[in-house]
Amino acid sequence: MSLIAITEVKKRFGDVEVLKGINLDVERGEVVAIIGKSGSGKSTLLRCVNGLEMIDDGSIMVAGAQLIDDELHLKALRLKVGMIFQQFNLFPHLSAGRNVMLSQMVVKKTPAREAEAMARRMLERVGLGHKFDAYPDQLSGGQQQRVAIARALSMQPMALLCDEITSALDPELVNEVLAVVKELAADGMTLMMVTHEMRFAREVCDRVVFMHQGRVHEIGPPEEVFGNPRTPELRQFLGAQLVV
Amino acid sequence: MMTFTLWDILRNLLLAARWTVVLSLVSFIGGGLLGMALLYLRIGKARAGRMFVQGYVELFQGTPLLMQLFLAFFGLGLFGIDVPAWLAAGLALILWTAAFLVEIWRGCVESVARGQWEASASLGMGYVQQMRYVILPQAVRVAVPPTVGFSVQVVKGTALTSIIGFVELSKAGTVVTNATFEPFTVYGLVALIYFALCWPLSKSSQILERKLNVAHRNH
Repeated sequence: MSLIAITEVKKRFGDVEVLKGINLDVERGEVVAIIGKSGSGKSTLLRCVNGLEMIDDGSIMVAGAQLIDDELHLKALRLKVGMIFQQFNLFPHLSAGRNVMLSQMVVKKTPAREAEAMARRMLERVGLGHKFDAYPDQLSGGQQQRVAIARALSMQPMALLCDEITSALDPELVNEVLAVVKELAADGMTLMMVTHEMRFAREVCDRVVFMHQGRVHEIGPPEEVFGNPRTPELRQFLGAQLVV
Repeated sequence: MMTFTLWDILRNLLLAARWTVVLSLVSFIGGGLLGMALLYLRIGKARAGRMFVQGYVELFQGTPLLMQLFLAFFGLGLFGIDVPAWLAAGLALILWTAAFLVEIWRGCVESVARGQWEASASLGMGYVQQMRYVILPQAVRVAVPPTVGFSVQVVKGTALTSIIGFVELSKAGTVVTNATFEPFTVYGLVALIYFALCWPLSKSSQILERKLNVAHRNH
């Protein structure tokens, strides 16, 4: 069974139908990139998988946890799948280490000492072991995003959702974050990422999803999607991207 | 005719100023506690609670404090409840203070970026945990300067209680004037004492604002 099962998902904001029946299964260990124009619904889809948006129709299951709008179900879902945001969203009043420790202690009731050990391991993993006591505003954007990744990993999720995680970064900081993501992929982490980094998607992802007007328009391995786009919409979209 | 030295006047005013200070503290602390309880309802999930607090705030912000004092003093008397001036003054000021503090604090809670809610939710935290560990610690930093600043309004608000006969600084000013026939000297001193109470509060509000901002320069 797939780790993430998205079935006939529909979502509307007021009169606008943003997702018009999405079907997508993500296998354990798979790395899936979601590409598409802004407004195509790709971020909304990702946010639904984590329960930050509720769906109007269809179902989303992650490793047996279903998206249902109450605190208990949402918590169960969110323990299975972590999320990383475009704007990092670190807690500014806590040091990097405390950022990583907080949810372990509060949500999982992990004792402080274990949570700290885990935080140090995870910060080490993203190359920031020496920044344990630094506050978010003392870190560069790339470092903040890596702390955010460490924070999500410390909850030991089965999958990570990455919502344009390099879009708010200066160009020279993009690579340090992508390198971390690449390592996660190599370690077998299941990843769903909305991205504009076409080269990265091509290199690292197992499958690429092209969304257009609230639907999965094309889907396939990167060689196919990038090398041999079947629809004019995808061709036009890729034509507008300079990198590929 | 008796003569009064400046010291006589000042001494009597300072004695009365104690009651201004006490009433200010009672109003501010009581209003603060009530404000917290109201804030809990105001930003909570229950619609009835939010509506109630909104109505409460509109009522107390939309009527003069003087009317509220009259209502507390004379209104309860209509029901045969004998309300001493100090109780009516304290009660009205507490209710009035709470109505302003709850709105100041609501603004502070809402000023915390939406991403903070989303990030803490995505880590599995529930509403109460988000509030306690993520939102309120940030909101409190924002709230300290305006809250201290508002305390100045409370101190000045206590002057109105002289009208229902509570003997604090302003009332004492009137009494002393009636005895000395030196209104300019007396009210000049009254104003100076108010200023001596309020200025340190305004100043510390400014200093706190700068301090808390420095700790948080990029956010």
